[in-house]
Amino acid sequence: MNMLAYIFRRLLQTIPVMLVVAVFIFLMLRLTPSDPAAIIAGDNATAEQVAQIRSQLGLDQPMLQQFVIWIGKVLHGDFGESFFFKKTVAELIGERIEPTLSLAFFTIVIAVLVAVPLGVLAAHRQGSWVDRLVMGFSVLGFSVPTFVVGYLLIYVFAVWLNWLPVQGYQHISDGIWGWAQRLILPALTLSVIYIALIARMTRASVLEVLSEDYIRTARAKGQIERRVLFRHALRNAAVPIVTVIGLGIALLIGGVVVTESLYTIPGLGRLTVDAVLARDYPTIQAVILLFSFTYVMINLAVDLTYTLLDPRIRY
Amino acid sequence: MAELTTIEPAVPAVASRPTASARAMRHPGVIAGGLVILLVVLIGLLAPFLGTIDPTAINPAARNRVPGMEISMRTDTGERIKMVARFGTDSLGRDIYSRVVYGARVSLLIGIAVAVISIVAGLFIGLLAGFFRWLDAVLMRIMDGLMAIPAILLAIAMVSLFRAGVGAVIAAIAVPEIPRVVRLVRSIVLGVREEPYVEAAVTLGTPTATLLWRHVLPNTIAPLIVQGTFTCASAILVEAILSFLGIGVPPEVPTWGNIMAEGRQVFSLYPHNIIYPGIMLAATILAVNVLGDGLRDTLDPKMAKRV
Repeated sequence: MNMLAYIFRRLLQTIPVMLVVAVFIFLMLRLTPSDPAAIIAGDNATAEQVAQIRSQLGLDQPMLQQFVIWIGKVLHGDFGESFFFKKTVAELIGERIEPTLSLAFFTIVIAVLVAVPLGVLAAHRQGSWVDRLVMGFSVLGFSVPTFVVGYLLIYVFAVWLNWLPVQGYQHISDGIWGWAQRLILPALTLSVIYIALIARMTRASVLEVLSEDYIRTARAKGQIERRVLFRHALRNAAVPIVTVIGLGIALLIGGVVVTESLYTIPGLGRLTVDAVLARDYPTIQAVILLFSFTYVMINLAVDLTYTLLDPRIRY
Repeated sequence: MAELTTIEPAVPAVASRPTASARAMRHPGVIAGGLVILLVVLIGLLAPFLGTIDPTAINPAARNRVPGMEISMRTDTGERIKMVARFGTDSLGRDIYSRVVYGARVSLLIGIAVAVISIVAGLFIGLLAGFFRWLDAVLMRIMDGLMAIPAILLAIAMVSLFRAGVGAVIAAIAVPEIPRVVRLVRSIVLGVREEPYVEAAVTLGTPTATLLWRHVLPNTIAPLIVQGTFTCASAILVEAILSFLGIGVPPEVPTWGNIMAEGRQVFSLYPHNIIYPGIMLAATILAVNVLGDGLRDTLDPKMAKRV
């Protein structure tokens, strides 16, 4: 019961945050110097045509009224009609969500499977060459831009070795192998920075736990080292690691935009760039709102898993 | 005021600062990172003297030349010379070596400008939030909202607002960084406020402005230098990303991101478009990050423990 009350309270707390996000996105895109009506009307339109489009879009109404109408529609899942793609934004997002979710899923799986063991290993061998290698890779991972990593991978695996397709996306309904095959390189590309982040935090967190008394006790009673590391140390170090996985979603979302553009994957990231290039405000608003909402919700979920990971935490 | 000066020697941060900065100067990361950055700064400053030609000069007769080929190019003064395209040319026939060298200017300018702007703005808002309870709630809700938008998305949305240009890109990258600085400064202020010497100063009736200037500001310097370094690295990265996506600095401006964006279409045939600017970009960001890690370990050990 206590837990339910806590979840409810935390959900309520996300409302002001999301409201600020909504106000900010709304204001930002309405205070632009460029006139969306003029963009839609095209270069040869007369002033009357532009004015007609303005009133169709509701752009001639007072700002506050526009915001209230917009927010009311958004809460019903109606993000309006895309200026550029000539269909509703909700439809657009529906079409584009599968590639993005697939890419994010692959990336998180690869990142966690690689980063957590690396981080534990580095902490276990603190100061050794393994540790330095992992930490060095971590700094490098933060420094080499996603698209440079992407081009390196494309060049080696697609152009040079010819093992994997260069670009493109295949829907999961058209065959799992084709779908997975086209996601390997993008997911590897995107996971580099995420691996760097998670490995670093895992190392720091496990290092801190390794100096605890119960680790010494576990070793003293003759527990094998692998069990000490993964059962005793990693379990107790889990909270900061899961936290950074949640916070890293922001990096991941930024990376999705780049990776999808690089590999011409028709997902939400690619949609964001196209919408910005076309000054397609309803789409920009919807995509940013959706990404931010996802980010806030994932971090809320992360907070809620603390009780599962660490029974000492009570609400 | 006289009483205040007698309290001051007790401030630990002031007493330990010379040793911390001396330690920073001997840290291998700070030295190595600093030297590489110095080199990049020199490359940027001395760009016209490094055997470069006009980085925007187009030569349709010498498109997509691979590195090492001889090309005929017009110099700044207008005469035609034969030269070796060390890094090759792009699909418009511009000399990539010259563009990479001149690109150092834009990247550094944007990195430093974003760091300075976000720190000044964040320091100001953070001090306000930390010291005035009634403002705190409002300001921090706004900051929470801003932080909920992934930084690159916010920057992308902001560049769509302005006419493309270096100033717009700087603003678009700086705004998402501000909330991070605000949070940092606010937490320092809240910590310092509990210190006995600050409570003493408050009891003595020290004006808020003096309090902030004398006791709070010095405590923010080290963490802000560290934060600024990391911000600089990420700003250089975000600029390259925006330019690469075709929504950053106008394409004719030589930046590392723009050179790579230009080379995207011909990448599998002419990878030199991506390789050289990519190496420069990665090396510069790496150097700034290594410098930041070193500064954090020596100047701000508390933060080193956190991350």
